[in-house]
Amino acid sequence: MTLRKTPFAIAGSAALLVLSACSGGDQKTAADGGPITVEATDTGCAVSTTTANAGNLTFEVTNKGTKVTEFYLYAEGDRIMGEVENIAPGLTRKLTIEVPDAGTYQTACKPGMTGDGIRAAFTVTGGATRQADANTKLADATRSYSTYVASQSDALLTETRKFADAVKSGNVEDAKARYAPTRVYYERIEPVAEKFGDLDPAIDVREADLEEGQQFTGFHRLEKDLWSTGLQADSAQIADKLVADVTTLVAQAKAIQLSALDLANGAKGLLDEVATGKITGEEETFSHTDLWDFQANLDGSEAAIQALRPVLQERDPQLVSQVDTEFKNVQTLLDAERAGDGFKYYTELTQEQVRQFASAVDALSEPLSKVAEVVAQ
Amino acid sequence: MTQVSRRRLFGITGAGVVLAGAGAAAGAGIDHALSAPEASATTDIVPFHGEHQAGIVTPAQEHLHFAALDVTTKDRAKLISLLRKWTDAARRMTGGHEVVANGAVGGAGAAPPGDTGEALDLPAASLTLTIGFGPSLFDDRFGLAGKRPEALAELPAFPKDNLDPARSGGDLCIQACANDPQVAVHAVRNLVRIGFGTTEVRWSQLGFGRSASTSRTQVTPRNLFGFKDGTNNLKAEDTDALAQHVWVAPGDGPDWLAGGSYLVARRIRMHIETWDRTSLDEQEQVVGRTKGTGAPLGQAAEFDPVDLHVGGAGGRPLIPADAHIRLASAENLNGVRILRRGYNFVDGSDGLGHLEAGLFFLCFNRDPRTQFVPMQKALSAKDAMMEYIEHTGSALFAVPPGVNETGYWGETLFG
Repeated sequence: MTLRKTPFAIAGSAALLVLSACSGGDQKTAADGGPITVEATDTGCAVSTTTANAGNLTFEVTNKGTKVTEFYLYAEGDRIMGEVENIAPGLTRKLTIEVPDAGTYQTACKPGMTGDGIRAAFTVTGGATRQADANTKLADATRSYSTYVASQSDALLTETRKFADAVKSGNVEDAKARYAPTRVYYERIEPVAEKFGDLDPAIDVREADLEEGQQFTGFHRLEKDLWSTGLQADSAQIADKLVADVTTLVAQAKAIQLSALDLANGAKGLLDEVATGKITGEEETFSHTDLWDFQANLDGSEAAIQALRPVLQERDPQLVSQVDTEFKNVQTLLDAERAGDGFKYYTELTQEQVRQFASAVDALSEPLSKVAEVVAQ
Repeated sequence: MTQVSRRRLFGITGAGVVLAGAGAAAGAGIDHALSAPEASATTDIVPFHGEHQAGIVTPAQEHLHFAALDVTTKDRAKLISLLRKWTDAARRMTGGHEVVANGAVGGAGAAPPGDTGEALDLPAASLTLTIGFGPSLFDDRFGLAGKRPEALAELPAFPKDNLDPARSGGDLCIQACANDPQVAVHAVRNLVRIGFGTTEVRWSQLGFGRSASTSRTQVTPRNLFGFKDGTNNLKAEDTDALAQHVWVAPGDGPDWLAGGSYLVARRIRMHIETWDRTSLDEQEQVVGRTKGTGAPLGQAAEFDPVDLHVGGAGGRPLIPADAHIRLASAENLNGVRILRRGYNFVDGSDGLGHLEAGLFFLCFNRDPRTQFVPMQKALSAKDAMMEYIEHTGSALFAVPPGVNETGYWGETLFG
């Protein structure tokens, strides 16, 4: 419960809201009496009741006026609890809002969709009072992981610059040698990178995933140039853009506010990446350096779990030991495919080896997927 | 055992089978309630003749066998002759009969039976057979180049497509839907058999568990992600909407297709295992509906209208910007709608211990250029669900209008 008030960065907040709104399965309406009806006119806002029990409230708003209207439920300080916009005259719209806390709220209709609206007090009774915030261990976890993201980001920028320089100087061999080791830093913090809408595609899009009109830029474009087509007239330009994009990303990544739940979901998300992209050899179509990425995803996942470790250890030690064991199993398999400072190419793996990887990743992903629930307790 | 008619012998028990099938999928819902009083010997035959082909707005049956074929001859007369034979066979089979009289066991002992026989003891099971013509049929082989509708262009490449040529395209398609899988398989098998020497199967797909409802008499089924699918689908009862969104009208293109439609088939692999490890909240955010009742987020019941304008805390939309139902909604797509008719599939496993499973998406629309294509573009670019699915096969077919008692499939095109 404490997590709900944590400022979730981007996707987090919406997800949590719906968690609370929907996790109960079938939704109940206020006081078993069906929806609270709201009759909105150009000058009035008649709400059928001014009190309700805490929980899921369903409002059914009918616009009997002549102007398009909207309806809001505000908590103190005009904090929006829920709203429905664009209700044309004659229409009825429903919305279900979770209101877990007792207190005084305000209903508001806004004919013409402007101004403060026609307001009335609305009292919610009962409900559990939420605990005060900031579980120290969870806060420690996010701080620790942020440090990891910062260090990886710095390394990413440094290595990306060297890689770009190699491309720009036309030193194909050097650039090829730097490609996979540079990407490692990106793959370790990919869940964070993915939070920045346009940057991740610009840096990491695969050719097969391009949308119409989207320019093919970033690591995989240079991968194609280096391994497949040879350097192109604009390769240097692409390299410069990559450095610029990574620079922006690094600045944002270091500033991002993460929640403990972000860590848990990120750890799982990285393994999903492995399961659908790396194990199939789809990520590195031209260089076949998928195992470098695989290792980096595993590293990043483990870093997030380690940050959460004190909390997990306290709440579910058995899950921790299971996750530990499975991490080790995957690592053992990967270690067997090392070659020099790196790994064998994906194309050198037998079908049997790919199958073993898939199976080990599944075995790890399953307990990892339970971490978020433990964190959210 | 001469003159075996599957209908006459097995009609009554047949209706029971239909009910069992529907009930199993629907959890004794509307299907059961509505069809129970009509459990007579004739309810499981879907009329073959009509203005439109059956199998489009027919309430979606439980099972599918879909086959895409290439024509191997260049002889136009041979192709027309096959279409006539297919139509005759389809008339019989959809009526619950063998493909030819005395087909399975009543013929000469020294000859292979005229009907393969595996549907002998089975009812018609609401079998429908629907045929379509792919863009590749309209080359120079059969003099059809001038008759290809402009809307029958190859579908564009969509982002994140991972199409297997061995599961894509085809000169012709046969969609067999039935409430008994063996009835559907029997029908395709026998049509393919009749076609040997003229056609060969390019690829085929079995489907189970309809993943959309196409009639208000049906409960909404669930797809393999465990979510209700097809709640907002066009329904057979929406005749005006069907005219607007499904049936090709005179003047839309070449006259031969008036009364027909366009069928889009997409094999959508679902990454079941990663989905199953995804939290319930995220699953619901991805879809835009609750998993239990299927209510749109922010609403209370399944059939409450999807309201894209409902916001939660901070005014953030309760149905996220990248939710599947938002992107696929008519509101988001300038009023564009399609009739979906897909099926779940499980083709064993993929050799990595993962289910080779997903949704065999079938839809019918009046003009794919203005309906399916923009919808799929919006989805492949933004849909949060794309993280969990992959399109592995693709095909487009023009579905000619229905036939009368003496006509044949494609008569308007070849006649």
